[in-house]
Amino acid sequence: MLKLVVCIKQVPMVSELPWDPNTRTLKRNLAEGMMNPACGHALEAALQIKKQHGGHIVAITMGPPMAEEVLYEAIAMGADRGVLLTDRSMAGGDTSATSYTLARAIKKECPDFDLVLCGCYTSDSETAQVGPQLAEELDVPGAAYIEHIAVKDGAFRLHRVTDNFLEVLEMDMPGLVTVTTHTYMPRYPSLEGLQSAFARSDIKILNARDLRLDPAKIGVNGSPTKIINVYSPTAAKKNIVMQGTAKKVVDEIFAKFADRISGAIGKDLKTHYHDNKACTK
Amino acid sequence: MNRSIWVFADYRNYFQNRVTLQLLAKANQLAAQIGAEVCAVVLGYKIDEYVAEYIAHGAQKVVVVEHRSLQKYSMEKYAVLMERLARDYQPEIILIGATAFGRELAPRVAKRLGTGLTADCIGLEMTEDGLLRQIAPSFGGNLVAEILTPEHRPQMATVRAGIFQEIPHNNSLHGEVVRIPLPKDLPKDRLRLIAYQRQPQRDQRLEDARVVVCGGRGMGSKKKFKKLFELAQLLAGEVGATRPVVYAGWIDNDALVGQAGRNIRPQILFSFGISGAIQHTAAVTDAEFIIAVNKNPNATMMKMADVAVVADANQLCSALIKELKDRIQT
Repeated sequence: MLKLVVCIKQVPMVSELPWDPNTRTLKRNLAEGMMNPACGHALEAALQIKKQHGGHIVAITMGPPMAEEVLYEAIAMGADRGVLLTDRSMAGGDTSATSYTLARAIKKECPDFDLVLCGCYTSDSETAQVGPQLAEELDVPGAAYIEHIAVKDGAFRLHRVTDNFLEVLEMDMPGLVTVTTHTYMPRYPSLEGLQSAFARSDIKILNARDLRLDPAKIGVNGSPTKIINVYSPTAAKKNIVMQGTAKKVVDEIFAKFADRISGAIGKDLKTHYHDNKACTK
Repeated sequence: MNRSIWVFADYRNYFQNRVTLQLLAKANQLAAQIGAEVCAVVLGYKIDEYVAEYIAHGAQKVVVVEHRSLQKYSMEKYAVLMERLARDYQPEIILIGATAFGRELAPRVAKRLGTGLTADCIGLEMTEDGLLRQIAPSFGGNLVAEILTPEHRPQMATVRAGIFQEIPHNNSLHGEVVRIPLPKDLPKDRLRLIAYQRQPQRDQRLEDARVVVCGGRGMGSKKKFKKLFELAQLLAGEVGATRPVVYAGWIDNDALVGQAGRNIRPQILFSFGISGAIQHTAAVTDAEFIIAVNKNPNATMMKMADVAVVADANQLCSALIKELKDRIQT
């Protein structure tokens, strides 16, 4: 029987999120929340491992009180219990602060875990950093972008395709994986599952004091990175208008943007005149 | 000790190595502003060709740890080595390419050093106070955030491929090579590579393409639309299309960019003869830079473009093809 921990994040469902210029954070409370898609794949992977080998699944999330919703959903899908980490002092943390907080919770709630599963990234911040940093905090081996997990001879056998390499990896227990969205398509929670999840679900709520968190390591204040400015990239667009003959416009495009085009296509677009001369010497 | 900006040498495949070279170029610009030296850190085995290449691309120093046991990329060994080297040499900044490997290595190194890290930067600048301003997309590309690591060192960032332009190879450049022996007390790998296979380069999909050339009805005809393929080929990009063009049979349904088709996020989108129905524009909002061509300056697509060219799409396409052929050396 394997002890599995799945880290789940509730993300806003809309992509047009209200931004609070005073706190420099997203007004998450104004948006409808949903389970981050990749986290759903991580949970599905855990459910399939449990089905094959037996196991116990703890779903952990961190966020405002409403994030409890994703724990009900996880339990309806088949997780055994949920843990919600919620505290104002945890809010606004970067990946360093978040991974510290999650690691403390896992050490307290499931210290003898065999495998921690995370989604490979979240749809709101897309850093893909929390999983690897959580592995460091827990001092366990970790592997990102995993597409298949098997248990073999007391170790995990993992498959992934990264940087154009197909890799088969063996990872000692306990360990951590982040799961891609290519495989382990999440199941829909059954109506029955949802009803029983709400009727008698085992969800524990913990705050910073319960976890005895170091205040210097959590939330905005405990984050090494500071967001100093946020803006909409489309608002920053200059919308340069060009007109005239095709030849004139094309010259103008290259005069202004040859570097940008060259960078994107990975070809040199500027120096050919000099080189041609050098060649004919 | 000299202040230094480090670039992690990611060289496992051609594309990873290109990012390394691009970062060396950017590091040179940043270093000039704070009086630092640029240093490439190369871990591996039989890597002399890369050491020479990085010097020719602007590394003033190359720190090398070469050992048979580093022949294959090892996340755990590399993370420990990067941490220890950074503790010994205390670089101001570490830049790492946002490859799959780099995006996993960087957070581990940052955590071990207790410092901050910004993912997937699209811009890097020095502030007046000599801090690294890390510019990164946030919220699925809908917002851009400027991030500092004011107190912790090193300041760390991963950077996507193709954002910066590499310095041309220059064999007359010199660099110091510092060889560090492999520490004897490295931890045993708890994650082991059992087998690996180089994947054939997959066909570039529209979603992954760095350059997309999209055409609409304004191209004029099926025959004229075909010019876009020639342009896309010159730009190492892919061709996308709007709904009416797909209906008209000028291109396969597969190329549909829009609500019922594909969402794209290229570094440059060329948009030819597209007025900009919402079903199409919603699928291209993540494009970093848009050059739109249309006879109608008031078309929606023209309003959301970085560069709006008021012209006949078909004629401008021909002129672009001609100019690119002139400029690209073969």
